[in-house]
Amino acid sequence: MTTITETMASDHRHCDEFFAKAEELIAEGSWEQGRDAFKAFHDATENHFTMEEGILFPNFEQRTGQTMGPTQMMRMEHTQMRQLMADMEAAVTYEDEERYLGLSETLMMVMQQHNMKEEQMLYPMTDQVFAGDAEATLREMKML
Amino acid sequence: MLNTASLSLDQAPPISIPFRFFITAPLFGLAAGLLLLIYGPSLLLTRWSPMTLGLTHLITLGMLAMVMCGALLQMLPVLAGSRVPAVVPVGKTCHLFITAGTGLLVFSFITGGDSANLFGLISLAVGIGLFFFAIAVALLRVKQVTHTVTAMRLALVAFLITLMFGLLLGSGVLGAIGFGHIAPLVDVHLGWGLLGWIGLLLVGISYQVVPMFQVTPEYPMQIRRYLAPAIFLALLIWSVLMLGVIFNWFSAIVPRLWMLLILPGYMLYAVVTLRLQRQRKRRVPDITMQFWRNGMISILLGVAIWIAGNVSEVIANSPQYHLLLGVCLVVGAGLSLVNGMLYKIVPFLSWFHLQNRQLSLMCMTVQVPNMKEFISDKAARLQFNCYFLSLLFLFAAVIKPAWFAHLAGLLFLISNLLLFKNLAMAMSRFRATSQALDEYMIDSKAE
Repeated sequence: MTTITETMASDHRHCDEFFAKAEELIAEGSWEQGRDAFKAFHDATENHFTMEEGILFPNFEQRTGQTMGPTQMMRMEHTQMRQLMADMEAAVTYEDEERYLGLSETLMMVMQQHNMKEEQMLYPMTDQVFAGDAEATLREMKML
Repeated sequence: MLNTASLSLDQAPPISIPFRFFITAPLFGLAAGLLLLIYGPSLLLTRWSPMTLGLTHLITLGMLAMVMCGALLQMLPVLAGSRVPAVVPVGKTCHLFITAGTGLLVFSFITGGDSANLFGLISLAVGIGLFFFAIAVALLRVKQVTHTVTAMRLALVAFLITLMFGLLLGSGVLGAIGFGHIAPLVDVHLGWGLLGWIGLLLVGISYQVVPMFQVTPEYPMQIRRYLAPAIFLALLIWSVLMLGVIFNWFSAIVPRLWMLLILPGYMLYAVVTLRLQRQRKRRVPDITMQFWRNGMISILLGVAIWIAGNVSEVIANSPQYHLLLGVCLVVGAGLSLVNGMLYKIVPFLSWFHLQNRQLSLMCMTVQVPNMKEFISDKAARLQFNCYFLSLLFLFAAVIKPAWFAHLAGLLFLISNLLLFKNLAMAMSRFRATSQALDEYMIDSKAE
């Protein structure tokens, strides 16, 4: 059986790869490819957020009755990361390497901490709460 | 049931708590550099001279323990999901007593003052004792015991054991009852301090921060599960064997051979860490990683020196042997890892606290600096280069004290001056942005 934890954690790794690639290209000054790599990272991350905010979190909240708990905290961190990604996008537009690398360093720390919390706490909780419906929920998320 | 409260981040202590520990460390580093610059070669003749002991404690207590205590108070809610009770008064009190205790202890080593020694030991007992209880409560409350938490618990016990032996040795109780075998007890004290407290804590923290900072694969499960408990158990047995030597049950060779079983544990840790870092996904140059790589290589070098000392009597009997080992493990490994970590922790905490406030105020007019605007790569790299040079010259100074000791002291002084400047700049940027947010809040209330 595929768990939510495994699937979503592997999606995190996927985003990490895009992130590292974009950062590396931009650090080399390859803006042409760097721009595409950043877009790939941005889209993958936004897609991940949408799956969580659109399906996973609301379903979890419905079943547990907790709306101000961990999911709320995760949403706030999504806001933080969106803000950083918007700033990074501007840095890409202006080809400002120093600014991009400062922001990407910051985003990396937030993102890794956030992922750690989701993978070690929130996802296992959702697997526990959804139990038999976990796979159906995953299918629903993939349709987004 | 899983602990949901620990997902919330508002349990992190105010930033002034960890910052006060971090900014104190380079000040002790400055004192150490100054001591070496002034007294030079006389500090590097034997590990037993009081001045050398003073220098050692400036670095181990004043820098390593100082940063580790501050970091632990800060990171426990994030890494272990558990709040330190009364973290503000506890943090302030621990910092005050550990700082005063270290200063007094070192002063008494250098001047031979008895009352400084007494008050130094009392301060350290209070500071570290309180730290032990506060962290122990937090670590016992942890609901989800990860391998990092296990390593932290063992490291904390090792810290207490180190303190106990330190107090025993420093109080002169042993001499008063005519106990002549002090040297093996000093080894037990420093064994628990370096290989127990600092070593196990670094191992435990690595499980989380190496994959996090560098986007590397996780440490292998077998290592995470067994390494820290195995090292701790081995240290316990080693301590018993050392007692056996003191009471003449068997020869000193027995604990020495046993130590050869502990070292591969750290060797394994260093090799695995270096390998993980080679597999990192994030390829951009990174100062923290350079510090860490230097630390791991120093661990391996330390092990090599240790083995050389056990193979050759000539090496083991030379006074340089222990000094070389000390420089390698304390300055090369411990200090490097701690210094590197500061370059992630301080900018991140600064950004994190400010960004949280900015979001809660919904304030878009004040810009929060990004991590590298708190400490630039250029400034951090310059400090790394100075640190690295000072390490090389310290090695050289152990071999040829008359030629290199003063110079090594000067470089160590500069390195810590730069570290202090970098941390102070980050803190002043933090304060400036924080004030701008305060003004925004007042303005928006007035409207």
